Amino acid sequence: MEAFADTIIPGQKRSPDDRAIAGAAEGGGAVAAGALELLRTPATGITAGLGPLAAALNAHAETYAAERGLDLDTDVPAFVALPFEHRSALVAALTTPGHPEKDGWVLLALFSNMAYDSAAHMSTADALDQGHPGLLSMGFAKPDGDGLWRFPRYSYGRVLARPHPSTTASGSPR
Amino acid sequence: MTSSPRTDVVVVGSGFGGAIAAYHLAAGGAKVEVLERGPWLRGTDFDHDYLLGKSYTRVFDFVAGDGMSLLGGNCVGGGSVVYFAALPRAPRFAFERHGSIGRRMWPAAISRDTLDPWYDRVSRVIPVRTQDWSEVTYSGGLWAAACDHAGRTANPVPVGIDAAKCTNCNWMMAGCRFDAKRSLLMNYLPGALAHGATIRPLHEVQKITRTDDGGYRVHYNEVDEVDYRVHTGGGTIDAKIVVLAAGAGATPIILRRSEPELGAMPEAVGRYFSGNGERLNTAVINEDRVREVLGLDRGDGIAYAANQIGKGPVVASWDRLDENLPEYSRFSLEQLYFPPGLGTILAQAATAGGPAWFGVEKKEMLSRWRSWLTIFQMTEDDNEGVFGPPPPTGNAYRISQQMLGRGPLRYDPTPNTLRGWAAADAEVRDILERDGLATVLPWTNDVVGAYTVHPLSSCRIGDDPATSALDDRHELRGHPGIFVTDGAAVPGALTVNPALTIAALAERAMPGIVAAARARGVDVRYGAPLPDDAASSPVTAR
Repeated sequence: MEAFADTIIPGQKRSPDDRAIAGAAEGGGAVAAGALELLRTPATGITAGLGPLAAALNAHAETYAAERGLDLDTDVPAFVALPFEHRSALVAALTTPGHPEKDGWVLLALFSNMAYDSAAHMSTADALDQGHPGLLSMGFAKPDGDGLWRFPRYSYGRVLARPHPSTTASGSPR
Repeated sequence: MTSSPRTDVVVVGSGFGGAIAAYHLAAGGAKVEVLERGPWLRGTDFDHDYLLGKSYTRVFDFVAGDGMSLLGGNCVGGGSVVYFAALPRAPRFAFERHGSIGRRMWPAAISRDTLDPWYDRVSRVIPVRTQDWSEVTYSGGLWAAACDHAGRTANPVPVGIDAAKCTNCNWMMAGCRFDAKRSLLMNYLPGALAHGATIRPLHEVQKITRTDDGGYRVHYNEVDEVDYRVHTGGGTIDAKIVVLAAGAGATPIILRRSEPELGAMPEAVGRYFSGNGERLNTAVINEDRVREVLGLDRGDGIAYAANQIGKGPVVASWDRLDENLPEYSRFSLEQLYFPPGLGTILAQAATAGGPAWFGVEKKEMLSRWRSWLTIFQMTEDDNEGVFGPPPPTGNAYRISQQMLGRGPLRYDPTPNTLRGWAAADAEVRDILERDGLATVLPWTNDVVGAYTVHPLSSCRIGDDPATSALDDRHELRGHPGIFVTDGAAVPGALTVNPALTIAALAERAMPGIVAAARARGVDVRYGAPLPDDAASSPVTAR
């Protein structure tokens, strides 16, 4: 599951011998952002399916490797053993329109991404305080002291285009 | 038959179609019960928080279908609580469209001219106003400047937002914390309550059957307030009139589920669904070029980097809303903010191997999120959506405790729709990639299909019984006393945000619905004054 999440939003290895994270990108990725914590949150509705999904993912990885004559390390799960570009190709195939299991893999991708882009397993203000890698990398602004967001400066404050000549009195198209 | 509570009118749903019906019927003297499947939240219940279980997931539903995903409100106030309050009127040509049926889709009685007085009424209640340039956010301003640079026009969009209260926080989809968004919680719904209507939240209507006395029995499940997959009970209410306004993603499902007991439904129930031709493009802005080419500067040396700042869509380009252009080639282009959580996964990064929605380049694109500009395209689609068999309950198989479900809608875009999308994509590219301002790619349709925040037409009005479910009074053909007043009634894509049109149609339908109620023995009159539009605080659950 970590390797899958890392394929959606890749990150740097936690240690030199980290196998689940491929190390395809610098900075924290979906795993560091809390993908596993989110997937294990019962509210997602996907938690009970994680075991079967992991087993299915490894079975697909073995088939994928066999079809391409790839030798996989046997000391880690088959999907983890796949090099990053092959993980990506397999995930692309599993989420392609028409794949019979597409729904499940899309859900997994959705929550992996959500861990990174919105930290849906924790309060957004706390996530920012704790240096959540996704929100920080995106440049998500911090809230005011009361935990609410306000942007008092928001406008260039000048006319920037001509309105359509047929605009009606109500400000709508003709 | 067991005894069932009775009322004059049951209204299903409390969005625009339901709230307007509830107000006029209650104000006219009818006993009205509103059944709303979602929770009842007020200002301070609306959280600035993406944590699952906060208002962002409590009041908002995402239903994935086959080829089309629907996004919509799930709370008292419906879409008006989660929407971005953009309230333009539909252009004249939208009412003249033929679509795929070879004749005018709209009833002969309705055109822009005949609907304008009803638009006026709703616009007074909300109230709707046109923004001036000092209110236009950085993102809207950037879109306007880019349009102008490309020789196009751009308009500040009419909105239902109180500028004095708006903080430009861009949390609108989780409900407005600051009471700036003029949702139905501030006008029609408090008006209906003041006239004695009852609103029951967390009551999900499943089906309608007949009573012995010529009325209808509405069957509902009660939904757990935290885990919407759990039902805590259920019951029925009998009524002389039923107004269905559960939304275009739910109204036809309730009717199809009712069919075995209620009798055959018109063919058009659950067909002709339109996603309002919607599609999104995400541009990653080149900050240096925006400064050099458009002369934009926020005053602190930053040219843009303001994706997070604002209040949904504020500027639209209407150059392609030209009645002289052929059908399926007309569209509007509106700058939009779509929050994280659902708003980044479908955006595509440009890679050597083509567009990619995940991976290394996508992560790099996310690191430039502040410089994103999202453009919302509303095109003319082909009403190609069809609902399959209803799920056991509700309008979806719920996956998550809130927000996420799988629904029975199937949508396979026709060449007409695909051409419209391609033309809109090309126009956005032409405007935003000019002089290196940005790199633009459409959101992928391969992950959750196409998507719409404005589901329409799944139970539509029309003059032709073969291609419309409702007559021009919004009465369900063959089932007198059942009316549909939500987005499902709109005949086809509008090329603009549909909320004001849905509301105007509901207002227009009210004299006829009141007359039908009177004919069924309800002591009700049409003609109450519009609800007080000066409400300054939203209604609270009692």
